Amino acid sequence: MDIKVNVRESEGDAYVVDLTGEIDVYTSPKVKDAITELIDKEHYNLVINLEKVRYIDSTGLGVLIGGLKRVREHGGSVNLVCTNPQIKKIFDITGLVKIFGIFDDEQSAMKALV
Amino acid sequence: MTPAAQSAERTSHGTVELKIPGRAEWVAVARLAVAAVASRLRFSVDEIDDIKLAIAEACTNSIQSAGGVDAGVIEIICDAFENELCVVVRDHSRGHQLGAKVGSLAEGRTEELGVFLIRALMDTVEYTSDARGTELIMTKRVTP
Repeated sequence: MDIKVNVRESEGDAYVVDLTGEIDVYTSPKVKDAITELIDKEHYNLVINLEKVRYIDSTGLGVLIGGLKRVREHGGSVNLVCTNPQIKKIFDITGLVKIFGIFDDEQSAMKALV
Repeated sequence: MTPAAQSAERTSHGTVELKIPGRAEWVAVARLAVAAVASRLRFSVDEIDDIKLAIAEACTNSIQSAGGVDAGVIEIICDAFENELCVVVRDHSRGHQLGAKVGSLAEGRTEELGVFLIRALMDTVEYTSDARGTELIMTKRVTP
């Protein structure tokens, strides 16, 4: 079980974090490190692509919430790309659909940042 | 009657017991093992995903309550009934938080998120904590 993290620059000063694999108590620190590094470098507009994430638990959600809180302090935003119904369901039942922008594709998520 | 007592009154079709080290890298083993047991019943794929997540959250809770380093041994006991799976997750710590509310999540509190998910995904959740440890008893019924 592992998570692959790929960070790439996109339009404007936005960055995309591509995640592949499973985000749990073991792998979420790796995701947290990538997001923290971007924020520390003053990149506050992020798209986190969860299209290739098969599983996420509360620690993964916690990392995303923590990132969102930090970028909002600087007027930034975190949008998510998510098409997996099971993962969407988790955002839905936790009420996190109300605090994250969740989109079906990267283009829409990027457009909504601006 | 509590879910545990109800389960005790019925005949289990099979019991699977697993002990994992209470460390983060072992949680995936627990959730996959319980998913394998759940697949012996007539659960849908979505229901098995719910069970996997609930069991992982219970194990994660044990690890986090031990400071996130090593929770000792975590015991997972699965009892398969005709139309229901009962899973007990037991550790030797005390005092997990089991009172999450949705409202607190929007305010950014994440420490109780796991417990909230367990309650949302399983049909019954029973919790005991004493000097010997903490036990979480969860059941999930097969949707007819």
